[in-house]
Amino acid sequence: MNIPSFARPTFISALLVASAIAGCQQRSVSPATMFPNSAPSWTMSPGVRTFSPDQLSEYIDGDAEKYLKAGVKNTSTADYKYKDQIQVVVDVYTMSSPASAKVIFDSEPAMDAQTPALGDAARLYAQSLIFRKGPYLVRMVAYQESPQLPPALLDLGHAFESKLSR
Amino acid sequence: MTNMPEKTRRDFLKDCAIGALAAGAAPLAFARDVNPPSSGQSKSKVIIARDAALYGSGVNPEAARVEKLLDRAMQTFSDSSDPVAPWKKLFKPNEVVGLKVNTIAGPGLSTHVVLVEAICERLKQAGIKPANIVIWDRTNGELERAGFTLSNDPNRVRIVGTDSKDIGYDENVLSYGVVKTRLSNLLTRTCDAMINVPILKNHSFAGVTLALKNMYGVNHNPDKLHANNCCPAVADINMLPPIRNKFRLIVADAMTGCFEGGPMFKPQFSWKYNGILVATDPVAIDQTAWDIIERKRLERGLKTLQQAGTPPKYIAVAANPEHQLGTDDPARIALQEVSL
Repeated sequence: MNIPSFARPTFISALLVASAIAGCQQRSVSPATMFPNSAPSWTMSPGVRTFSPDQLSEYIDGDAEKYLKAGVKNTSTADYKYKDQIQVVVDVYTMSSPASAKVIFDSEPAMDAQTPALGDAARLYAQSLIFRKGPYLVRMVAYQESPQLPPALLDLGHAFESKLSR
Repeated sequence: MTNMPEKTRRDFLKDCAIGALAAGAAPLAFARDVNPPSSGQSKSKVIIARDAALYGSGVNPEAARVEKLLDRAMQTFSDSSDPVAPWKKLFKPNEVVGLKVNTIAGPGLSTHVVLVEAICERLKQAGIKPANIVIWDRTNGELERAGFTLSNDPNRVRIVGTDSKDIGYDENVLSYGVVKTRLSNLLTRTCDAMINVPILKNHSFAGVTLALKNMYGVNHNPDKLHANNCCPAVADINMLPPIRNKFRLIVADAMTGCFEGGPMFKPQFSWKYNGILVATDPVAIDQTAWDIIERKRLERGLKTLQQAGTPPKYIAVAANPEHQLGTDDPARIALQEVSL
């Protein structure tokens, strides 16, 4: 393409603006930035593992089918510890839309869950928390019980909520 | 494979050829002799051993109680007063014995290390050398996350994943029905005999996962086998000769079970069943597991698996005249419940 020299700066600026706009339109949150490094009484273990749709069954076996059908884009997971004692795994599923996050959330029976104000909808249990916000579905699972755990999970949930952008 | 006794390629191919021939011509001809026949009057024995105090006041089951519960289950199964005798009946001292555990769901819902340790102890007492015991699953990462410490020391019990650098999947592609797959070299080449040590779980597609479905952890492409409630794929994969010929015993970890949302650990859908199930018939033990899960679902007000659209259809298929992997007929399952 022949561009007159006087026009080149303008053309380059236009290219930069266009790519910036495109970048905004296609912006996706980097997996690592979705995970708060810490929250009160919580510490994050190093390393976020991320699975593309075709790798998801390596992580969650047959459960993957349900997420693939609902339109999962990627899944990231990291470990946290509460007061250096209780191990919690946090999975963040980035779905294709808020509706697809709702499909997964609604597929699970509420049973005896509390429904705290968190994200678009949330369920809190003795050892786990699941919530959705926009296209994100966040699941936290602890490997032991403690009376302090449910409010602590909720604190961690709020820390995640603030990291997730719509 | 480094440090691993292997069967020769010729032995492996011979096994497969015999198995394939027999499977095509007359499936019963090569059914395991420890497996109950699928016809006739004999019943398949399934033992449920439970201990209400298994966890004590802790988070994990107590090792001493698990060992006692395992003995109770195995001795009841084989009508023996000696805790080592059942193991001697099933395994010869010169054999390499593998334990296929289930560790995909992490520490909350994987085969407990204490149960595996108890099995290894009895195997050693039965004359199996520690180096000839191999605890394995799909990946090293899953084993470690479930609490196992990896070991490839030739003088100790080995704990390895198929994804270890020197292991991998057998180059031979095996087929049966809808299944076309490669099996772990640990199954095809390293081990002479296998113990299936699965977990009592609901599965969001298969409905139930215990003995038969645990075989999705021995092949390279389990993600391709989930269509139609994993049916007939679960039954078909169990027809592959190395699986049919080598798995001799099922010791199912039902200390914690999952009645909904499986196969991954969701604590709100898990409960302490405090049990160990023992059988040699994978169909009969899966049928029993289905019943346990349905009862728990009923108690918690959930739909039956049929109503939920995830009936474990593969169980009946595994019992049908084509597969004859065992019996799903409750009248032909000799269920015996014992407790500590």
